[in-house]
Amino acid sequence: MKNMKSKLVDILFLCMTVLPFAAGIVLRVLFRPLTEGVTVTGAQIYFTVPMPIQDLPVTEAQVNSLLVVLSLTGLCLFLTHGVTKIPHSRRQLLAEMLVEKVQELTDSNMGPRFSGFAPFVAAILALSAFSSLSSMLGLFSPTSDLNIVAGWALLVFILITYYKTRGGIGNYLREFTKPVVVLTPVNIIGEVATPLSMTLRHYGNILSGMVISTMLSVGLSGLSRLIFGWLPGAFGQFPFFEIGIPAVFSIYFDIFSGCLQAFIFAMLTMIYISNGFPGEAYEARMKRKSERIARRKQRQAEKTGVA
Amino acid sequence: MEIAIAIILGACALGAGVAMIAGIGPGIGEGYAVGRACEIIGRQPECKGQVTSTMLMGCAIAETTGLYALIIAILLIFVAPGIFVNILKNALI
Repeated sequence: MKNMKSKLVDILFLCMTVLPFAAGIVLRVLFRPLTEGVTVTGAQIYFTVPMPIQDLPVTEAQVNSLLVVLSLTGLCLFLTHGVTKIPHSRRQLLAEMLVEKVQELTDSNMGPRFSGFAPFVAAILALSAFSSLSSMLGLFSPTSDLNIVAGWALLVFILITYYKTRGGIGNYLREFTKPVVVLTPVNIIGEVATPLSMTLRHYGNILSGMVISTMLSVGLSGLSRLIFGWLPGAFGQFPFFEIGIPAVFSIYFDIFSGCLQAFIFAMLTMIYISNGFPGEAYEARMKRKSERIARRKQRQAEKTGVA
Repeated sequence: MEIAIAIILGACALGAGVAMIAGIGPGIGEGYAVGRACEIIGRQPECKGQVTSTMLMGCAIAETTGLYALIIAILLIFVAPGIFVNILKNALI
């Protein structure tokens, strides 16, 4: 009976993993306008929410990224369901392997101080990889929309700035004037360029893959019509070259490029955060703080002693 | 009017082509990086994994300048003509 119940929950979680993608495909089919030929457009706008300053369009990219999040949640629940102390299922071994790999990556790149960052890094890695790979199902990949990636980069930028100011605001501002005061504008531009370059790198790679594969399939269908156009009936219209050849290019543009960009985004996040952290200034600040607290306590003790 | 639109379209296409000259830089840089990585793997085959991952990382960062140019080119091809033609029409009316 218990086994039956556990199986049922498993199936529920698996459905939670798969169904969001199916929902995305259904939404795309329902909302896609019928057009002749192939066009390269941005994300489809599903509906707009009226807002006081500017209307908020809810686009395909936003919906798809939320669907990816839902699917990842389902996958995590599925992998960690029925975890025991001594692993007895293949699923638990896989989950443990993934966690260990990410922990190892974080420890080797960020050092022991930031080992708590592993879940965040894993989340970025999985979200980015799944978003890029969702284009294999015919969905509009959320990472080929600038806004989604810009949101992630902004989040990372806020984290970087937070860890840079750990050594005190004064120290953070003083870092801009190094090595000489004249270079301050250049340093400020460099600071702003961090999220911008992270955004454009990820977005540009995925978008270029999408554009090139679309152009390739259009070109191949034209080529096959040119060569096999003399065949009678439906054979003349059938795009023979479009069988298989785009799939070979898709291995690079969709799978390799998507996974590589996810890895690089996570890697840059780790490196920027751990490099931006001013270790010595932080230690000095903590020391000053503890001294101040100790002095205040001493003064209070003296006061109470006098009273 | 038609001639003006034709000039806009042609100039956008030309601009996109000129922008993609920036693809030369990352091409040379990445080629150099991969060549050196191959050299090192040939000399020390045992550190292949580390060299490969570092090389991929460096290549992806070197690619950024090329991607800036690519985004400019894509904007010039797919977005800019519409905007410029609209500006022209509004100016003429």
